Amino acid sequence: MSAIKIIGIGNPDRGDDALGPAVIAALAADPPVAAELSTASGDMLALLDRWSPNDRVFLVDAIAPGQAPGTVVRLDAGREVLVHALANFASSHMFNLAEAIELGRALGRLPAELIVYGAEGACFEPGSALSPATAAAVAEIADRLREDLRTCTKPH
Amino acid sequence: MTERRRIKVDYMARVEGEGALDVVIDGNRVTDVKLKIFEPPRFFEAFLQGRHFTETPDITARICGICPVAYQMSAVHALENACGVVIDGPLRALRRLLYCGEWIESHVLHIYMLHAPDFLGVHNVVEIAQTQPAIVERGLRLKKAGNAIVALLGGREIHPINVRVGGFYKIPSRAEFDKLAATLEVAREDALATVAWVAGFDFPDFTRDYELVALRHPDEYPFNEGRIVSNRGLDIAQTDYHAHFEECHVEHSTALHCRLRARGNYHVGPLARFALNHDRLGALARATANAVGLDPDCRNPFKSIVVRAVEVVEAVDEALRILRTLEFPDAPSMPVEPRAATGLAATEAPRGLLHHTYRISADGLIEHAQIIPPTSQNQASIEDDLGAFIAPRLGLDDDTLQWQCEQAVRNYDPCISCSTHFLKLNVTRR
Repeated sequence: MSAIKIIGIGNPDRGDDALGPAVIAALAADPPVAAELSTASGDMLALLDRWSPNDRVFLVDAIAPGQAPGTVVRLDAGREVLVHALANFASSHMFNLAEAIELGRALGRLPAELIVYGAEGACFEPGSALSPATAAAVAEIADRLREDLRTCTKPH
Repeated sequence: MTERRRIKVDYMARVEGEGALDVVIDGNRVTDVKLKIFEPPRFFEAFLQGRHFTETPDITARICGICPVAYQMSAVHALENACGVVIDGPLRALRRLLYCGEWIESHVLHIYMLHAPDFLGVHNVVEIAQTQPAIVERGLRLKKAGNAIVALLGGREIHPINVRVGGFYKIPSRAEFDKLAATLEVAREDALATVAWVAGFDFPDFTRDYELVALRHPDEYPFNEGRIVSNRGLDIAQTDYHAHFEECHVEHSTALHCRLRARGNYHVGPLARFALNHDRLGALARATANAVGLDPDCRNPFKSIVVRAVEVVEAVDEALRILRTLEFPDAPSMPVEPRAATGLAATEAPRGLLHHTYRISADGLIEHAQIIPPTSQNQASIEDDLGAFIAPRLGLDDDTLQWQCEQAVRNYDPCISCSTHFLKLNVTRR
């Protein structure tokens, strides 16, 4: 069995950390065929239980300031060790997304395909809204995910 | 001229929240140790003012993603104390079951993911997984068993939503409890293997003469109830906490320190609980502690990882005991009517004693809230440990000394987010 899963990571009530859930909400308005949409926050270790070996998984998460706010990055986490690339993924918890993915890789528990979309956040203050730059990135990532799904064949 | 060394860790890794360590060494003397907590204050006690007392378990659960159950339990006990209600029978047993889940989740996360890398000389659990994947898989499986308890009884794994003053909103079905018991049978074997694993680590030769403080119950290993006792004669009701303990502000921390009015710094957490309550452990956990030579007189904070592993055995075994003998409550909660009163209660969070105080009005609005987390209570003890630990090890190079200091801080599994109401390491040698 295999599935296409898109998981938006982040806290919807913490400024640009809401990027992941916001992308899921944008996709849910016109759901891509055959893709399971869900969100995640808090314990990144639990992600390892969210996919099966044959799944194609797309993760969306905010990145702490490093480049210009709203800058979108697409990483093929299945093909390369991304500890450094992912080091800035924003997490207020001790086990961040990069560590969870690398733990999954060491244990042979990554899915067949694992793509990570990120966008630079500008503000992670509790209670604040998405910044304009990150809001624009939401639409861009949603469009690129739809394009990914159009160009990829059925799950194998 | 005296040589001055400074060891600084600007952001400590493998702790929850944001803090730093700054150690100054003048020649052969440690002249300053500061555990700097700079995570912004979170003002939960102020948020609670004016809210209805029934909202408290949901608000306080948000203080910590690792130990939300502890916050909920201390809150509901304190508020029930204010309202003159005592919850017993099946609801009491189910609260204890929920707490077992949190101890398993929290302790296993700390043992496998955060503290074991220190003892194995690696940077993180990913490096353990690269050479010993079966061990890490065991840790993940065991943590998941704890998650399963909290998810079932708490409504979800993080920030549970099913706890209310007076009991729960909903009680799971017999079939769901039976499925949980099957998971815990496997977890018990994993917990026993965990004790054997961590007991084989090398521990630095280091002990301190702590005043150890924990709850003590007449016949149970303490979760929710008991008198507050110490190894130096303290033996008080939970409601007398403020007469014996005081919070104080120190400039280098956004978390208040807490001290015993009579004797100063003290130590809460697994080492204290085990020392004061080893005779209350169930037969399996007691036998397991004995088998690995864990002595109730142990005062080596580095061995707290072994105590945590023994407490995981106790939590899994106790959860199974509760499930075996579980009777279903007539209702998911007992009615609790507000009255103008002050309520106080402490429970044993995974990291140690967690005390809550609430004053509520006749119509149930919170007028005053005071929350004293375990990491706040342990901050001064952590600084004392570091001063005593570093002094005989000044010959070590800065990198080794820094590594060992960080390990010493992690002995406490400090939860900085909880305590701010907290870590980076700086050592200065002068």
